[in-house]
Amino acid sequence: MLAVTALALVKLRNLFAVAMLAGIFSLLSAGLFTALDAVDVAFTEAAVGAGISTILVLGTLALVGHEQKKPTRSSMLPLLVVLVTGSILVYGTLDMPPYGDPGNPAHNHVAPHYLEESEHEIGIPNVVTSVLASYRGYDTMGETTVIFTAMVGVLLLMGGIRKRATSRTPDGPAASLSDGPDARSSGPPTEAEAKAESVDGGHGTGPVEAGEEGNVHGG
Amino acid sequence: MEDNVILRIGAKILIPFILMFALYVQFHGDYGPGGGFQAGVIFASAFILYALIYGLDTAKRALPLGFVWFCGALGVWIFAGVGVVTVIMGGEFLNYNVLANDAEQGQELGILLVELGVLTTVFGVMVAIFYSFAGRRQAR
Repeated sequence: MLAVTALALVKLRNLFAVAMLAGIFSLLSAGLFTALDAVDVAFTEAAVGAGISTILVLGTLALVGHEQKKPTRSSMLPLLVVLVTGSILVYGTLDMPPYGDPGNPAHNHVAPHYLEESEHEIGIPNVVTSVLASYRGYDTMGETTVIFTAMVGVLLLMGGIRKRATSRTPDGPAASLSDGPDARSSGPPTEAEAKAESVDGGHGTGPVEAGEEGNVHGG
Repeated sequence: MEDNVILRIGAKILIPFILMFALYVQFHGDYGPGGGFQAGVIFASAFILYALIYGLDTAKRALPLGFVWFCGALGVWIFAGVGVVTVIMGGEFLNYNVLANDAEQGQELGILLVELGVLTTVFGVMVAIFYSFAGRRQAR
């Protein structure tokens, strides 16, 4: 199932279908994780992979258009690289301990301690939560910071900060600078206009407005 | 999509349950699968659904952009703040044992607070990223 979906992902040129299939791929992986008794991971995969990422990919598609361009160069070299890398990875897994063996290193380091002692040390039945929030609290804090950093990065790249500066002064410099195909929507666009624009999603983005950096520091 | 009655009413019925389910995932994370991250994503998806159905501007009136950014930062602040509090109360950084008289109670309190921080950050970040993707064309 997963392999079929992945192959279809590679084959398709319609990016809308690709986005949908990527969501299906995530959902199938979530099912796989559930079958492997990793319920928390499956939950995250279903919520993030199938839910939020699909929405964000669709949001991106509204900006860049729905059709993938035909590749101009031959795909033989990339295929070779992928095959070599894949075979190296498969070769690497030959050294891995057998799946499900209780003598594996992963089951003999700190895992028994977590499983047996977390009931008294933490007092919470779900060991995953104990490990995540308490034993490995540093890691989770790092993850939270990473997510926060992702937001800062997206806001800086996508111009969310400049946007607030624009909306505060609708007739400010940013509105008057927009030209070309976007000139008709200078000034606050109506709801219908904005919808139509996000649906057609065809024409490219305009030139980067000057004074972006100044507004970033100002906002 | 604003004029589609079925979608509007359906979303109106669904959104409270989605928010409730997110809170359930958050506070039931101690006993079953779930936790701050998943709950934050589900919480954010309720608002994203609202924005999809009722339009971005309506959603921004309900949940202003500044508040979303504030949430994204507040969660990290809560998480690190719990660590600082444990240091002040005489333990190591993020050692929740010292938060209450009993070590187990301290752990439970610490995990609750920390998961709340994760929820806040994930919720804020997801909605903020969605806002900036969805609002990019409108901004021009």
